[in-house]
Amino acid sequence: MTVNQKNILSVRDMEREDIDRILSAAAEFDRGNGTGHELDGKILAVLFFEPSTRTRMSFSSAMMRLGGKILNLGSVEATSIAKGETLSDTIRVVSGYADAIVLRHPKEGAARLASEVATVPVINGGDGAGQHPSQTLLDLYTIRESMPLENIDIGLQGDLRYGRTVHSLAFALSKYKNIRIHTIAPEGLDFPASLKADLSELGVELICHDAVEECLPELDVLYVTRLQRERFPDPVAFDSYASTYRITPELLEIAKPNMIVLHPLPRVDEIDPRVDALPCAKYFEQAHNGVPVRMAMLHEVMRK
Amino acid sequence: MKPEKTLMISPIQHGTVIDHITPGEGLTVIRILGISRGTSETVTVACNVESSHGGRKDLVKIANRELVKDEVDKIALVAPDATISIIRDYQVVDKKPVAVPQEIAGVITCPNPNCITNTKEPVPTRFVLHSRGYRCSYCDTVISRERDIGDYI
Repeated sequence: MTVNQKNILSVRDMEREDIDRILSAAAEFDRGNGTGHELDGKILAVLFFEPSTRTRMSFSSAMMRLGGKILNLGSVEATSIAKGETLSDTIRVVSGYADAIVLRHPKEGAARLASEVATVPVINGGDGAGQHPSQTLLDLYTIRESMPLENIDIGLQGDLRYGRTVHSLAFALSKYKNIRIHTIAPEGLDFPASLKADLSELGVELICHDAVEECLPELDVLYVTRLQRERFPDPVAFDSYASTYRITPELLEIAKPNMIVLHPLPRVDEIDPRVDALPCAKYFEQAHNGVPVRMAMLHEVMRK
Repeated sequence: MKPEKTLMISPIQHGTVIDHITPGEGLTVIRILGISRGTSETVTVACNVESSHGGRKDLVKIANRELVKDEVDKIALVAPDATISIIRDYQVVDKKPVAVPQEIAGVITCPNPNCITNTKEPVPTRFVLHSRGYRCSYCDTVISRERDIGDYI
């Protein structure tokens, strides 16, 4: 189990107790119950080999709110990586500079490789189309702030084939009781067959829909992801599809009154900006929750 | 016309006989064992021969090399019904079935081009047995044991 080894690499290998412990710690930090000195004197190396705004900034903010300091990789072009150094060597060296490493890398499995050569804890800040556990934990946290993480009907809409956030979230939800996952995706962008088989083995009830209206009245959570034009099997059909998949206040009239709408952001056209003012719109709160959740993750791997 | 007076597959004095290999996988077994063009061993491969159990099989004989357990288990990836006989002085001194390994390192190439193991990183691939095949420990890609695995060895 990776949390015991003081790494957080994937929700796939986290137990439910580990997730719950991190979410409860996040709630404490969120309610202002931290001292602000939990990680005094500690240094977090932030190694991002890919562009990122929210993840990088919220990890940095979380570390500073715990009293720790940040060591940034800076731009990849200006480092020894540009000279051809391997990730393994970079991680070995940086292990001597910091007390923990948060890594984002374009290759899947990069964080696991890093954890095998690092002498300090590694947190996966997203690896290619693979895992992004901090996003999943903040998604779960946002749901848990609105309802218990059991007996939930959750709709996942958008690019479910390549969207790593929905894959990780589906896995994490499989650890909770009575979760029904409704998928709403264009043809060709549904969950990969191997993921469906994995979820089915884990006992998750998966229900596929062509349109969100089919399941919206049953949903407790609607999780919307961005459709990327380049990933669309038929680019000509993208525009008509994007408008069909748009969440509007009118559409949400058939939803339960306490249903919440989430989105990992950035959004483009998939949620009408008029939805922002509705009580169900939780996506900005979800982004803000990245700080307390990442505080809890940093505390988990670096506390004594 | 008289038949040629040579055996199709000669017995070996010392070495290993891998029998009951799934038809078509004999050459993959050779590849798994790392036997390449420059080998000094005498290697015999017979493909699609009749099996005494009925049907067809491939067969590999390697002179002067006794396979160790790790090598034997790797063979199970493509030939789960294979048997391994260790030969000394033309006698079978040990005969064992192959066992499907729980974990396999450095043998299978990950089919996911974006996997970290398909880069210049000095890391051997690692696959763990899973209900539907072998799962890459790095990127979670699953290779089906029955159909695909030989393509990635």
